[in-house]
Amino acid sequence: MSATRAVAPPARHAAEPVRPGRSVPTVLRHLAFATGAALVVLVLSYQLDSFRNFQLATVAAYLCATAGLTVLTGLCGQLSLGHGALMATGAYTLALVQNAFAERGLTAGGLLILSLAVAVLATVVVGAVVGVAAARLRGPYLAGLTLAVAVVVPALTVTFNGVFNGEQGLSVPMAPAPRALGPYFPYERWQLWTAAVATLLCLVLLANLVRSRYGRAFRAVRDDEVAARLAGIHVARTQVIAFVVSAASAGLGGALLAVLAQSVSPGAFGLTLSLFLLMAVVIGGLGRLAGAVWGAFLLVALPDLTHSLTSLFTLSPAAAQRLEGNLPLAIFGVTLIVVMIAAPGGVQGLLSRLTGTLRVRWRHHRS
Amino acid sequence: MDRFLFLTLDGLSRGAVLAAFALALVLIWRAGRIVNFAQGAMAVAAAYVAYSVTAATGSYWLGFAAALVAGLLLGVVVDVAVMRLVDHRSPLNPVIVALGLVLLIQAVLGMVYGNEYLPARAPFSRTALTVGGTAVLSPYDLFVFGTVGVVGAALVWIFTRTAIGLRMRAAAFAPEVSRLLGVNVGGMLTLGWALASGVGALAGMLVIPTELGLHPHAMDLVFVSAFTAAVVGGLDSPPGAVVGGLGVGLLLSYVSGYAGGDLIPLAVLALLLTVLLLRPGGLFAPVTARRV
Repeated sequence: MSATRAVAPPARHAAEPVRPGRSVPTVLRHLAFATGAALVVLVLSYQLDSFRNFQLATVAAYLCATAGLTVLTGLCGQLSLGHGALMATGAYTLALVQNAFAERGLTAGGLLILSLAVAVLATVVVGAVVGVAAARLRGPYLAGLTLAVAVVVPALTVTFNGVFNGEQGLSVPMAPAPRALGPYFPYERWQLWTAAVATLLCLVLLANLVRSRYGRAFRAVRDDEVAARLAGIHVARTQVIAFVVSAASAGLGGALLAVLAQSVSPGAFGLTLSLFLLMAVVIGGLGRLAGAVWGAFLLVALPDLTHSLTSLFTLSPAAAQRLEGNLPLAIFGVTLIVVMIAAPGGVQGLLSRLTGTLRVRWRHHRS
Repeated sequence: MDRFLFLTLDGLSRGAVLAAFALALVLIWRAGRIVNFAQGAMAVAAAYVAYSVTAATGSYWLGFAAALVAGLLLGVVVDVAVMRLVDHRSPLNPVIVALGLVLLIQAVLGMVYGNEYLPARAPFSRTALTVGGTAVLSPYDLFVFGTVGVVGAALVWIFTRTAIGLRMRAAAFAPEVSRLLGVNVGGMLTLGWALASGVGALAGMLVIPTELGLHPHAMDLVFVSAFTAAVVGGLDSPPGAVVGGLGVGLLLSYVSGYAGGDLIPLAVLALLLTVLLLRPGGLFAPVTARRV
């Protein structure tokens, strides 16, 4: 309770310019957005083929993680290279819980909600431990610590072979789509629905958080810790909250990935995944949830694009395999560097600058 | 007792390499307030150059020299072509760009050489010599100690005894004043990057034969260990990096000797977490106030 009191009300008026003509409550606006997005996904799930459905579901899973990371890094100014590891925590917890249910003969589809909740809870616990340490650290120290987490967690799955089954990983038993949808309902469409509902819920919560006093406290801490403290914000507590919220989203994202792939293995959650997430967030525009959407799309689309690009050339199978595995990485790396140097606002920053100029022109035009 | 002695010596040899690598991190941190997260990837790239040269000429030492030159050049290129263009106002930006470099370098290495382990040759035998029935150091360990010692001495000499070392320290300590006094501050920073990257390449050449072999990700864990070493010593202190490196090396050797090699990553994480929570400035850092 004291947390809510300590986060300063004064920041409220300072950070939030009063905009005339926007009287719709924030929560309703976000819910309307989410409903709209849900309808679009629903229509798309019938228009697209199974493979595209599955890809879109993967985008949704990544979106949870990138949205969480963009809140942490963009709004609260804490760089985490450990989000791949947090996703692994969520994924492995989900796998263990689903397996435990299956062993006891519990196969009802609704139990998935419970498994997802447990996965998020487990990630929250891990995130809280890292977050408490992180709140005392700045810049490169924090990056170094989270980098260590990213390198270590996949190694743990091999060390504790008995629980996590080493490099092989675990399979995730999943219930089929509900029978009420008919016998020929494509499973990928059901997967997309599941992932989309979870992700939209996560996004609505995050969007409300960003617009709340917590979000303003995040930004105040990012911009100037001393000023934030003077304004009555408990800096360390705010940073821990940001880390925990971000970890919970990453955990949900990881759990959804496990649901989609129906298996988990350490190879999928290495350091590269953490760097991918960071890249997605930076390209989309740090601190913007809309940017996280761009980033998540890119994470799924770019490997696909490079695949079709490499198949244009005639290469020896070995060379083709090398190129296909590494070209997306190279492109991600170059984009990360170029965006950071040339357009630190990312895609969404460029877009909002563009719409900003258009709006100004439009006003000039009218007056 | 024999085993303890062996593990201690092995740990010191491991630690010497980590000390060199941590020293490279400290060099760039002192020169430009950047932790070079791409150091590991850059060192691996230099080691791959050595692999190619050795494969072409059949001489280990030509490859070794090529790795050092490649390291120096890579440092220059990274500073001039990338780091100098980055907006340094937020400390996050150089870190993110360095991570982009990691992705890029590892991907290019994977494309050229493939993502499997290549054998890395050691120039000397790695079987330990026995003194009075006790296994002690291998010739390769002695080579490691000698090389790291020479490099450390050379760095001390450059920074304390030469005019260029004085300029480098001045450029890092007070860039504006140094510029007024005619020091080429940007050039000194580039030189710092070259030196650090060269030392990193050397450390990579020394450590890779003792691990699984040459791989684009071969230095990931080494980087984390060396970063831990640098933090233990305090990022600002070169002697701290050496002590930290030796300490981390000993710890890793004891952990793998007594508890199992699988636990090494966990031990590194635990040490890093402990140091950062108890003494974030490192063991050798002077007490400072954070600038407001």
